[in-house]
Amino acid sequence: MRRVRQKMISAAAALLLAAGAAQAQRTDITVGMQLEPPHLDPTSAAAGAIDQVTYANIFEGLTRFASDGSIVPGLAESWEISGDGLVYTFRLREGVKFHDGTTMDAEDVKFSLDRARGEDSQNAQKALFSAIAEVNVIDPLTVEIRLSQPNGNLLFNLAWGDAVIVAPESIADIKTNPVGTGPFRFSNWVQGDRIEIVKNPDYWGTPAKLDRATFKFISDPTAAFAAVMAEDVDVFTGFPAPENLGQFEADARFQVLVGSTEGETILSTNNKMPPLDDVRVRKAIAHAIDRQAIIDGAMFGYGTPIGTHFAPHNPAYVDLTSLSQYDPELSRKLLAEAGYPDGFTTTLKLPPPSYARRGGEIIAAQLAAVGIKVEISNLEWAQWLEQVFRGKDYGLTIVSHTEPFDIGIYARPDYYFQYDNPAFQGLMEELNATTEPTKRAAILGAAQAIIARDYVNGYLFQLAALTVANAKVVGLWANAPTQATDLTAVYWED
Amino acid sequence: MKGRISRSLWLGAALTLAFVGAALLSFVWTPHDFAAMDIPNKLQPPSAVHWFGTDHFGRDIFSMVMVGARTSIAVALVAVGIGMALGVPLGLAAAARSGGLLDEVIMRANDLVFAFPALLIAILITAVFGASAVNAIIAIGIFNIPVFARLTRGGALSLWKREYILAARVSGKGAARISFEHILPNIANLLIVQGTIQFSLGILAEAGLSYVGLGAQPPTPSWGRMLADAQTLIGLAPHIAIFPGLAIVFTVLGLNLMGDGLRDLLDPRLRRART
Amino acid sequence: MLRYTLKRLLSLAISLAVASVVIFVAIEVVPGDPASYMLGINARPDTVAALREELGLNMSPPERYIAWVGGLLQGDFGTSYTYRTPVAEMISERLWVSLPLALFALALSTLVAFPAGIIAATRRGSKWDLGIMGVTQLGIAVPNFWFAMLMVLVFAINLRWFSAGGFPGWDEGLFAGLKALLLPAVSLALPQASILARVMRSALLDTLDEDFIRTARAKGLTRRQVLRRHALRNALIPVLTIIGLQFSFLLAGAIIIENVFFLPGLGRLVFQSISARDLIVVESVVMLLVFAVVVVNFAVDLAYAAIDPRLRKRR
Repeated sequence: MRRVRQKMISAAAALLLAAGAAQAQRTDITVGMQLEPPHLDPTSAAAGAIDQVTYANIFEGLTRFASDGSIVPGLAESWEISGDGLVYTFRLREGVKFHDGTTMDAEDVKFSLDRARGEDSQNAQKALFSAIAEVNVIDPLTVEIRLSQPNGNLLFNLAWGDAVIVAPESIADIKTNPVGTGPFRFSNWVQGDRIEIVKNPDYWGTPAKLDRATFKFISDPTAAFAAVMAEDVDVFTGFPAPENLGQFEADARFQVLVGSTEGETILSTNNKMPPLDDVRVRKAIAHAIDRQAIIDGAMFGYGTPIGTHFAPHNPAYVDLTSLSQYDPELSRKLLAEAGYPDGFTTTLKLPPPSYARRGGEIIAAQLAAVGIKVEISNLEWAQWLEQVFRGKDYGLTIVSHTEPFDIGIYARPDYYFQYDNPAFQGLMEELNATTEPTKRAAILGAAQAIIARDYVNGYLFQLAALTVANAKVVGLWANAPTQATDLTAVYWED
Repeated sequence: MKGRISRSLWLGAALTLAFVGAALLSFVWTPHDFAAMDIPNKLQPPSAVHWFGTDHFGRDIFSMVMVGARTSIAVALVAVGIGMALGVPLGLAAAARSGGLLDEVIMRANDLVFAFPALLIAILITAVFGASAVNAIIAIGIFNIPVFARLTRGGALSLWKREYILAARVSGKGAARISFEHILPNIANLLIVQGTIQFSLGILAEAGLSYVGLGAQPPTPSWGRMLADAQTLIGLAPHIAIFPGLAIVFTVLGLNLMGDGLRDLLDPRLRRART
Repeated sequence: MLRYTLKRLLSLAISLAVASVVIFVAIEVVPGDPASYMLGINARPDTVAALREELGLNMSPPERYIAWVGGLLQGDFGTSYTYRTPVAEMISERLWVSLPLALFALALSTLVAFPAGIIAATRRGSKWDLGIMGVTQLGIAVPNFWFAMLMVLVFAINLRWFSAGGFPGWDEGLFAGLKALLLPAVSLALPQASILARVMRSALLDTLDEDFIRTARAKGLTRRQVLRRHALRNALIPVLTIIGLQFSFLLAGAIIIENVFFLPGLGRLVFQSISARDLIVVESVVMLLVFAVVVVNFAVDLAYAAIDPRLRKRR
């Protein structure tokens, strides 16, 4: 029955297309991306590729990220916060339907949030929901979330792809047939090659301008370059080869969007492993690193230098790069002071992305110049998770921390940096209990300074969001406040 | 008919010597420091200063190719060594106990190793032990064992029927002693020729493994990884993909020509058929 | 013959059993956990544990081995950890790329190698012979992935005749599919054709020297007739053996070329599955490949034994 209806819709669409063929405005788009999602349930895996396909297209949450990173209403049209900050009451939009025709109401919200924070939850970001004590249905369009302690981040947390609203009716097959409330519905998946989505004609909000979209998975950077050049794909988000962007910029057929991501790319340091447990040694490493050379050499100039673990586009960002200027002389002096006049040897374990592999080679050369020998080993992600992240068996590593607003990881002594500073942990508790924006900004500024002055990690650069698109495509996000390819407002210019 | 030194042997030996020479020379001299980066001067085309140009970090490609020869030769040579050291005794033992259980087990195990997809196993080995030159050697070496075992067994079997071997048996020598004293020297020619061929295959295999990121780790240059690094830049600066590739081609070509020439020289009976 | 067949069948079964244990053990010791890989760096330990439970990873290794082999015997390859779809389905989908690619490469290499080998053998010592031998010597020495990169540079990036990679699927039509497979097939075929041409040449030279060829010539047959009726047929045995070996190599060995051209084939599937620690997929694909090679060897052995009874005793 459903299939018949879909056929009729597409037949009607084809007729419309034929009628409007004179104007020939394209209503389909092919979006290239590097990684294929393992499945399509954003609430039970960490893979960013899932959000790249589903976020804002197929699934929506109570709140959502706008293209500038701000939090705007999603399925909740408004909310009220109690004076003590412990009760959030959300008013849901009326007439929202899932793609299978069932109605989205307060029961679905309760189901989704309880599922995400439940005991057998497989949510990769379960911590987002840890402040929630209970979720209550007041009436079909009103949900109340009670917290166990005030949490200034709740609205932000609910905007994540891991917090989207799903329905109990369709949850069983969500991994292969995702059913959400978004402006597009899932249509087809050719594993290893592409996923297709089509416009949802019953969307509650402003309908999508495109009729269909195809996500094509091209992991090899050369193939990605060639696919865009040959116009096999119309858009490539997260373009993997910055070295090739110059060629697109020079070509009138294409536009290159350079935005910002939430990815702080850092030289993560094992703060418990001698001699890296000595702040003078970490400071020496920081001064031995020439950030601009890394940005030029590894990213071909794309990326913003950072001096702490915080996104430069965030209003609360403080520029602390001057604390770790490139100064090999000072670096050698600090090493001598710490008792390592001839340097020392440590490990540098690199995960697969090219920022890490290339950046790692450059850092190894820069550290060698001040006498620090690093043994590079290239790891796959699974090995990296096992050895570095869980086993903490590493000296240095390079990772881009792509979760938005994640300075809180420095308050976790068991995190793989093994940084344990009660003063910082106190600041984070204070931050969580604060909702007033200027006070929050002040706390965040202080927190950024603490980790910069402790030289917890080498702060390298903010990863750039690189998108290449056909020059006629309008409405793409330049920035990547979360891993998403929101196609709602995308259309072809005549 | 005695074999003679053919033109292909000369050419092969010259090419091989050139690369071995470059590898040895790189220990004491390279035109530039192979690890020195000069990022503002990246991707320079070949010039009088940088004969093969510079790579994406501004390193001198000529120097890297020289040092890369070291990596390739070392990995392939040790892998052949592993294959011979384990394969030859196994083959000798199998031949000495021809038709017996030991023979059967060794030969079945050989077949089984052959049945495994070599590259996938190499990938698995590095997934278990991590990527490094040593693990590349092991991965390539394992697949050399059955090659030498089979060759040795074949050669030895035909010798065991010879009269002088029978005479040695009658005089009371044990199978192990006969194998090493009488059989091994007589199949040495075969082993040398096969060793050359496995050496060239090892160079290709090392290049393939490091191309997929499983060989020697940076900053040690390796031809395969240089090609992998060059892949996205090939449109911008083709030279960084061309020189390491040519180095592989000429080394392998040299070894193959030398192998063929050696076979002619050492085993004239085969010349007609296999040139 | 029956006894020989039974004996070989038994050793086939033992080989496969040993192979299954080796594969399982080798893959089980691979460090890294599929559940933590999927859930990423912010996952809590209890979440990882919940996923492990669902994937059946909390069973002991012997239990899992028995479940796996038991499934294989019934034709059930299990369910992928990451994709959550049946492994058999994934394999058959990938075979639709890998199998045609292998066949395409084999066809190309045979089409080139046969005439080249024949010309070289019949005009032995001529310029043709030298030229062909020189080119094949070079063809063996060229790493196929490098050759592939150069072809991408020339035909995809500079001339834009082909797309640099990817596979549109057979739904897009036979031509589109073959076009996407052409460059990969050529890069795979180059070294294979070189080897095959050399084998063809030496096999032909061997048979041309045999007594029955001389007899045939003496009977008054022309060179061409002798070649077609006798020499070629006899030379085909070693050539076919090599082709058989090459085919099984192409099926699994295309992994690097599949990476260069970004083809969703079997090799890529294993490569991705290893990095995602989707162990059940790796185990099943490797087992399948080993099974294919072992069975082909078995069939070849039987065929030889049927032709030449002496072989039955020896091996």
